[in-house]
Amino acid sequence: MRKCYLGIDIGSISTKGVVIDSDNNIICKSYLYTKGDPINAVKNLIRELKKGITSDDVIKGIGTTGSARKLIGLMVGASIVKNEITAHAIGTLSFHPNVRTILEIGGQDSKIILLNDGIITDYSMNTLCAAGTGAFLSSQAKRLEVDIEEFGNMALKSKSPVKIAARCTVFAESDLIHKAGLGYAKDDIVAGLCKSIVLNYLNNVGKGKKIKPPIVFQGGVSKNKGVVKYFKEVLNEDIIVDDFGHLMGAIGIAILSKNYETDKVYNLDFNEVSFITKGEECSRCSNNCEILKIYKDNNMIDAWGSKCGRY
Amino acid sequence: MAKVAFPHVGNYSVPVKYLLSHILDCEIMDAPKISTKTAELGSRYSPDFVCTPFKYTLGTYIECLDKKADVLIQLGGGCRYGYYYELQEKILKDLDYDFEYINLVTMGKTDIKKIVKQFEKIDKNFNKIKALYYLFITIKMVKYMDKIDDYIRENIGFEVQKGEFKKLKKKMLLDFSNTKGYFDLYKKYRYYKKQFKKIKIKDGKKLKVGIIGELYTVMEPFANYELEYELANYGISIKRYTNAHYLLFEKRRKVKKYLRSCKEYIKYRMGADAADNIGRCKYLCTHNYDGIIHIKSSFCTPEIGAMPILNKICNDYNVPIIYFSFDTNTSKVGMKTRCEAFYDMIEMRKKL
Repeated sequence: MRKCYLGIDIGSISTKGVVIDSDNNIICKSYLYTKGDPINAVKNLIRELKKGITSDDVIKGIGTTGSARKLIGLMVGASIVKNEITAHAIGTLSFHPNVRTILEIGGQDSKIILLNDGIITDYSMNTLCAAGTGAFLSSQAKRLEVDIEEFGNMALKSKSPVKIAARCTVFAESDLIHKAGLGYAKDDIVAGLCKSIVLNYLNNVGKGKKIKPPIVFQGGVSKNKGVVKYFKEVLNEDIIVDDFGHLMGAIGIAILSKNYETDKVYNLDFNEVSFITKGEECSRCSNNCEILKIYKDNNMIDAWGSKCGRY
Repeated sequence: MAKVAFPHVGNYSVPVKYLLSHILDCEIMDAPKISTKTAELGSRYSPDFVCTPFKYTLGTYIECLDKKADVLIQLGGGCRYGYYYELQEKILKDLDYDFEYINLVTMGKTDIKKIVKQFEKIDKNFNKIKALYYLFITIKMVKYMDKIDDYIRENIGFEVQKGEFKKLKKKMLLDFSNTKGYFDLYKKYRYYKKQFKKIKIKDGKKLKVGIIGELYTVMEPFANYELEYELANYGISIKRYTNAHYLLFEKRRKVKKYLRSCKEYIKYRMGADAADNIGRCKYLCTHNYDGIIHIKSSFCTPEIGAMPILNKICNDYNVPIIYFSFDTNTSKVGMKTRCEAFYDMIEMRKKL
């Protein structure tokens, strides 16, 4: 019998899952797109993961993180539901115990985590706007009709990236259209975009934070070689990018779930369970809260969103 | 008979209503509780980039005027708050409402003669001596409420039986609103103080967090999405300085003290509570607090000016600080995520 722990990270763009053993070795991993439907994405994810584990393995803990962590945590009966900041820090520490700075740029959010001696000392997360995140890059890639996976290689080819306003996505976009109209080469524009992401990140999320080496760069955007290059250039430090940097949140939450281990053994048969959410507006007072009701096999198991605590 | 209305801030509608109902012979209205509808109404008629308290108070006024209020009461302060009166009067008049607008603080000063004249206009039998007596009781009531609130804030996260503090506080406010005189109030205060001390509290080490920031967002739970409650749920003891008693009576004296205590960081006042918050930040950093939370409404200029200095102080003393900026449509989920991460962080640091 081998004890296993499952970690699921449900992001806005992609859903990540890993199964680790008690020594933090990855047994199997999976990565797929959320496509706006976290419940089915997780069902598919678990189907994939089940292929990787043998009948000898028993799941002793499940952890969920990411923006849909609460919903999925309820669905799979997770032993721990934690925010992505802590999960990323714990995951990274297991691979780089002396890491000082974690840069993370995901689909909808970006964050910076500062650590010292394995303790989170400071963190920051982007607030209202999605400027300088993966969503911006992918929408611009569509506009330029460039495959997002090709983006990084194109940026590397450029020798003189164009200057693009780094403050705000809207201004960056109008800058980009303007520069394209002037006739700049596509490679240079793509490189300029990558650089603007870096500057935006450092001006916005990294403002006032002391970035010290070793620096680890994670999240979907870390797969973009152009962005990595400009981070190196601007910070003048070496940037570590792991092959499984995008899985770090899932690994972290799986490690955390070890602390909450009980006698319970989880089974991974969620395909048969019907799991439905219904949104409705409560009209009992002037707050008009949006209530989300969650049904498991036609029984309401939870409802969220009320301000008065009625549900 | 005139109908008087005033906006909500925390629980202070209890003493204000007590005062007005005793000195004016007119109907004092309970403004509708701030709700999503209030925020919607307020932001519909406000300039987009005005600070959030403006939107909430304007929304409350519109709701009150729709319920046939005649007289509205507003205060003023040392920042954009000082112009709320003029702008809100203009907006409401443009919406074709007919009302009397009483501003208790104009250009940072209270013109007592003018206010008395305005009160006499509403109520012909307005008695100054009687008003003075009830003002005294009200001030004491605010002071007692703030003292008890401080105790609740420190301990609510550790109550053995959930909800006891909230229940007793509700009872206390109801009792306070039926006060008969000063000695009656004092007796009630002593009684409830004892009752609150009797509530069982869990032992063990406590995480201590200080909340500083812009006054309205700090004091009104709806405006900060019940941040204090959220933190208390994690088992955090909360220290907060800003309350009505501080703003009315202690501020004048204490700002100078704060400025002296952190003269290496600031030299002059920066408007509103910015200088106070910098002083408090240094105090919290040097008195073993585990973290600081700075909250403000969006576009609050004095606090934006204070933020880089707060950052520097916290860097110097190595104390974590996070910033929250609240607008009428900020998502609660984002706040919760950050709160949870903040809690994890300070807990990890404490274990070291």
